[in-house]
Amino acid sequence: MNHNHPVFTDNDPQSELVTLNLGPTHPATHGVFQNVLQLDGERIVSGVSTIGYIHRAFEKIAEHRPFYQITPLTDRLNYCSSPINNMGWHMTVEKLLNIQMPKRVDYLRVIIMELSRIADHIICNTIIGQDTGATTTFLYLFQFREHIYEIFEEVCGARLTTNIGRIGGFERDFNDIAFTKINKFLKEFPIALKEFENLLTRNRIFIDRTAGVAEVTKETALEYSWTGPLLRATGVDYDVRVSDPYSSYQDFDFDVPVGTSGDIYDRYLVRNEEMWQSVRIIEQAMVKLKTEEKGIFHADVPEFYLPPKQEVYNNMEALIYHFKIVMGEIDAPKAEVYHAVEGGNGELGFYLINDGGRTPYRLHFRRPSFVNYQMFAPMSEGMLLSDAIINMSSMNIIAGELDA
Amino acid sequence: MEETTINNDIHVKLTEKFGEKVTAVSEPYGLLTFVTYKDVIVNVLLHLKNELKFNFLTDITAVHYPGKDHGIAVVYHLNNMVERVRIRIKVFISEQDPTIPTATTVWKGANWMERETYDLFGVKFEGHPDLRRILNMDDLGVHPMLKQYPLEDPNRVDKKDEFFGR
Repeated sequence: MNHNHPVFTDNDPQSELVTLNLGPTHPATHGVFQNVLQLDGERIVSGVSTIGYIHRAFEKIAEHRPFYQITPLTDRLNYCSSPINNMGWHMTVEKLLNIQMPKRVDYLRVIIMELSRIADHIICNTIIGQDTGATTTFLYLFQFREHIYEIFEEVCGARLTTNIGRIGGFERDFNDIAFTKINKFLKEFPIALKEFENLLTRNRIFIDRTAGVAEVTKETALEYSWTGPLLRATGVDYDVRVSDPYSSYQDFDFDVPVGTSGDIYDRYLVRNEEMWQSVRIIEQAMVKLKTEEKGIFHADVPEFYLPPKQEVYNNMEALIYHFKIVMGEIDAPKAEVYHAVEGGNGELGFYLINDGGRTPYRLHFRRPSFVNYQMFAPMSEGMLLSDAIINMSSMNIIAGELDA
Repeated sequence: MEETTINNDIHVKLTEKFGEKVTAVSEPYGLLTFVTYKDVIVNVLLHLKNELKFNFLTDITAVHYPGKDHGIAVVYHLNNMVERVRIRIKVFISEQDPTIPTATTVWKGANWMERETYDLFGVKFEGHPDLRRILNMDDLGVHPMLKQYPLEDPNRVDKKDEFFGR
């Protein structure tokens, strides 16, 4: 019987090394990760990662689903920021179909995507605090994740696995309560984030635990194809929102924060600064929305945009389009397209090959957690076990995205 | 389709270096795509990385086209972060002998991407330091993304394309 995961058994009674199975389920790892570590005292000598515990074969399932049914699959990749995945997928299909989106829809999308980025970074940064022993920060900032989820609830009805929007826009316009909640969030969140920073950024214990730990050079990070906050913490200013702007990100004025040494402290600072920048982007989007014509929440592409149910039952064209979309009969060009968005953890890419069938011929997700995580075991060598734990939290590896 | 200047430059430089080993050049949605062969793929990747500044390996994956001579396409996506150019490289290999030299010698990050491709498509990357399955269990026995393996019960008839005029 083969075992996918190597189990070290030390038969040498003189050996000083201890084998530790960190995971698959371990309270300190926040997800299903197995790492078999060889320890010399508290230092890690070598480690082997095993992944795949929640592999659900999304790429295979996607080959059997019409485009609109793939959105719920993307929810379950990085489930801490589902809307980014949903919209990344919608934009991939829109790119394939050459759909031009109205500016208002782009701005609404930007608001939702930046809110999810904040939610994602809140999780990661508060968890770093939690793992270094500061439960207060975790409990304090986490309520704002709840507020973000309330906004999502107002827009699409769901909280975690949002299935937000449709190919071609949103299923309904934002209501007034949603805008009120966004404005309330923009007013309250900066105060709480400032307090959160006051608790951790100059905190002696926190700095001692994180500064200089798990340093990564630019060259190594690029060699291992790191993206997102991890790459930026090493000092490379690569952000898909800037290098390949999508959803009108070029209309916004924001900074891309970079670190210097790539250690855990830098990653924390980069994520914090990104939350400030996201707030800035949302504020700008709210201003831009005022000049846009109200009531536009989807592109005018009836052959690709799922019509509202009322119309399906009362209007022949809507019924026809509804039938064609649901049965996967839309006329999509036979082509292949790669579209990337800046997810919470880095470049989230969709590689879609369409052969004119009812479903994608092939769909591949370029998942940042999967690519980033491969360096965890090599970089843990020589590290203290407790440092490896916070290193893992600061990499923000999401099991759903890791295993797809 | 009209090539943009920068893609045209890259195309010219690649043709100078590799001649007819660079074929089927196209530009779907602005992304320069070409097909090359497995005997030169590592040289192509090294040339792109060192001379043409494609410093970043975005992704490696594969596509299965059953019934063709070379039925498995290994697809590389590279990114030139400085000039903001992406490129896609395809290598078609035979289903009976799905081998290709590894890219781990060029980028260390290729390691898990190739393991995933091996796991899902059975592509054997020669020279890979640790070519084991990564997402599925070792005793699965098949490479599940190949088209001959159905997702659902193959006896189901309600989802067949021929019933929808395709």
